Amino acid sequence: MSYELIGIAVLWIFLYGYLIVASIDFGAGFFAFYAKITKKDHIVSQLISRYLSPVWEITNVFFVFFFVGVVGFFPDTAYYYGSALLVPASFAIVLLAIRGSFYAFENYGSKQSTVYLFLYGATGLLIPASLSVALTLSEGGFIVEENGAVRLQYLELFTSPLSWSIVALALVSVLFISATFLTFYANRANDQPALNLVRNYALFWSTPTIIAALTAFIFLSQHNERHFNNMMDLWWMLGLSVGFFMVAMWLLYSERNYGLAFVSVMLQFFFAFFAYGIGHYPYILDPYITIQEGATNPAMGIALVVAFLGGLVLLIPSLILVFRLFLFDADYVKGKK
Amino acid sequence: MELDTVLMSRLLTALTLGFHIIFATIGVGVPLMISIAEFIGIRKKDPHYTMLARRWTRGFIITVAIGVVTGTAIGLQLSLVWPNFMQVAGNVIALPLFMEVFAFFFEAIFLGIYLYTWDRFKPFTHWLMSLPIVLGAGMSAVFITTVNGFMNTPDGFEVENGQFVAVNPIEAMLNAATPTKVFHVLSSAYLTAAALLAAIAAFMILKKKASDYHKKSLKLMMTMVFLFGALNVLAGDVSAKFLAEHQPEKLAAAEWHFETEEGADLILFGWLNDAHEVRGEIRIPNFLSFLAHGDFNAEVTGLEETPQEYWPPLWVHYMFDLMVMIGFALVGISLLFLVFSWFKRWNEHNRPLLWLIVASGPLAFLAIEFGWIYAEEGRQPWIIRGYMTVEEAATTSPYIGWMLLLFLGLYIVLGTACVVVLRKLFRNNPAEDELEKHYPGIEKGDHS
Ligand code: HDD
Ligand code: HEM
Ligand code: HEM
Repeated sequence: MSYELIGIAVLWIFLYGYLIVASIDFGAGFFAFYAKITKKDHIVSQLISRYLSPVWEITNVFFVFFFVGVVGFFPDTAYYYGSALLVPASFAIVLLAIRGSFYAFENYGSKQSTVYLFLYGATGLLIPASLSVALTLSEGGFIVEENGAVRLQYLELFTSPLSWSIVALALVSVLFISATFLTFYANRANDQPALNLVRNYALFWSTPTIIAALTAFIFLSQHNERHFNNMMDLWWMLGLSVGFFMVAMWLLYSERNYGLAFVSVMLQFFFAFFAYGIGHYPYILDPYITIQEGATNPAMGIALVVAFLGGLVLLIPSLILVFRLFLFDADYVKGKK
Repeated sequence: MELDTVLMSRLLTALTLGFHIIFATIGVGVPLMISIAEFIGIRKKDPHYTMLARRWTRGFIITVAIGVVTGTAIGLQLSLVWPNFMQVAGNVIALPLFMEVFAFFFEAIFLGIYLYTWDRFKPFTHWLMSLPIVLGAGMSAVFITTVNGFMNTPDGFEVENGQFVAVNPIEAMLNAATPTKVFHVLSSAYLTAAALLAAIAAFMILKKKASDYHKKSLKLMMTMVFLFGALNVLAGDVSAKFLAEHQPEKLAAAEWHFETEEGADLILFGWLNDAHEVRGEIRIPNFLSFLAHGDFNAEVTGLEETPQEYWPPLWVHYMFDLMVMIGFALVGISLLFLVFSWFKRWNEHNRPLLWLIVASGPLAFLAIEFGWIYAEEGRQPWIIRGYMTVEEAATTSPYIGWMLLLFLGLYIVLGTACVVVLRKLFRNNPAEDELEKHYPGIEKGDHS
């Protein structure tokens, strides 16, 4: 495997990782706020903060990893996306900054306040919506290079059904993934009232997820036929994705094995996300950047891969330690530690 | 218009970095202090030190949050504001940026563990968890500093038809500026963290009755200020020697040293008239030669050897002078404190001295800002010295001015909220009450 393929594979895997951990985080923010205004916060807020408090910074690093890695392996992305995205990405940064810091202020600092919670919940939906725009842009047609200047065509972007369907998909997926995870976590904590509540959230958001996915898929076929056809060739991955969705639904309905239900949701998104990514090949930005031509020089590429392997040696044991302490330690989850 | 976007880009970068660097410095320096305090607490079985570590950690986590979000902002802004720079430099210097992310991971993971395991682990095991935080924070400073070093003394590539080829990422990382810069950045971060914590302790003693808790904190941190202050002066000195050899125009601009000469004088403050003559300065004979080469009669390269269009702005002189003054002042204040506490009959907790210590916290942060402004302005007009100018690197987006306003607003909100939250956190929960709660029966009051 060439280094640029390793590079894009690694980045895509980390982006998938971010998709999962960030969805849990963003969705939890929304649910915390929603529970507050429906006066159910006493049921879930404890549960949510016990999981999120130790890990929010780690979630952020997944994101940093992705964009630093992309620019490292494919420096051209800095030029095209960097030039085109100044405004939308700046807004995303501001949202991320407000969310991250106010989360810390609330949790480690002062008492609960509805304003913080509102910011926290609202940004939980706005951030995935704004980040998902990057995926839309990669389909081509929105970023253009004319006379040596790169521009984003805002009008096309805001009137495109594809971009809105991807935003919708991002929102409902976030809520679905998060609710399934919280169901699993509440179950581990033996917290029956919270379990009932978040399980209902999960069931509620499942149908919109599948509808939004189909809608986005249809609009993709109109916008970028090549990408759509490539994905159709990967029909078995899409099929597996739908299959795991069914498994997850069945487990949630029959109120058992919530751990497996969450794993199924992860696999559902894994296959959909990778079918999408592989179908995109060889483009990173249609039609300006391909994986082969946009890649950095071999010396840097190999150095990055080596650094990545070295980093994993450090990272994996540490992550296992965190998971054992905060996710799989039943006493901690139950609030006894 | 063309130039305006460049100016806005520069201001936005300066704003974000100037803000991030405050929290990054805390992020690098304070974990070491926490770790030291916790260790002493375990060795001496003294709950005062353990409580220091606990309370510092609680404040620290708030500043970390801002460090993380502003760091994320810069990381993205590098591509957003300087797309041409990142496209070119990414080919050569992406490695340390990438490795830095692993340092962040490492730090973030263990910070989460450290925070939530005070009562779950044995004290010694818990202390061990602080080491990866110290290491991770230090390494992230090391990696980002190598990137900055590369911008000053680019290395590890050849240029062919405007393309960077024959890239050697390791050589690029270990460029000529790296050793002295890393040394100086780390020493100044530890110095500044110690000065900050000492200033807080001194302030508490001034405002309230002097308690054992605050006195121990002050003594420990002043020792650190002295230690890292001395190390930092050394680091500054070798940085100047590095400049004299590899980036002479930066040192010459800082010293208003126009003509190459032997036995050059060190110039403090003063001003320049229209003919570029120095007026009203304090002159220390032959000291510039010593600073540059360790020899009072050595020859020091002057600005005349650099074409005037490539001169850095001459006002960096003041930045340099202020940084150096503060550097010596911090060492002086800490030495004074240590001498006072050495002699039993002298009272090291006298008000003037305490006020000086309170001032040294903000002063250290000012020195950090002055130092960076000097280092970055002193590289002008280059973004990659000798290869790409700042003007060529900037974005062409017309919206950059609005983004400057947007981020200015963000930092005002974050900065204010940070101060408000920290005050609330400690005002409602004084150290004495907390000690009492955790260790009932501990003696209060002052007898030292
Ligand atoms: C508490 C902070 C602090 C203090 C007291 C000092 N410095 Fe400093 N200095 C820095 C914080 C700093 C810095 C923020 O760390 C810089 C900015 C960029 C860099 O590499 O380090 C820096 C840069 C910097 C440079 C430019 C290096 C380069 O661009 O490569 C020189 C020559 C010095 N310093 C020299 C000194 C001397 C002779 C000092 C005498 C006491 C001194 N500094 C005190
Ligand atoms: C990849 C790394 C970096 C890039 C691309 C970068 C780029 C720049 C640019 C273009 C400017 C504007 C200079 C001007 O025209 O006035 C600037 C200023 C500045 N940079 Fe750097 N820099 C980098 C690393 C650093 C680091 C590691 C620091 C440390 C915190 C730093 C601190 C500053 C500061 C404080 C200023 C403001 C100076 C002023 O007032 O102009 N920079 N940087
Ligand atoms: C161009 C300059 C810089 C860039 C691109 C940058 C990038 C970043 C990023 C992306 C983060 C957030 C990481 C996370 O999610 O955990 C961060 C945080 C951090 N940065 Fe910066 N940084 C720069 C300058 C500096 C400098 C000069 C230092 C140290 C001297 C520094 C030290 C840190 C530390 C210690 C943190 C962790 C936050 C904390 O623990 O307080 N950074 N930086």
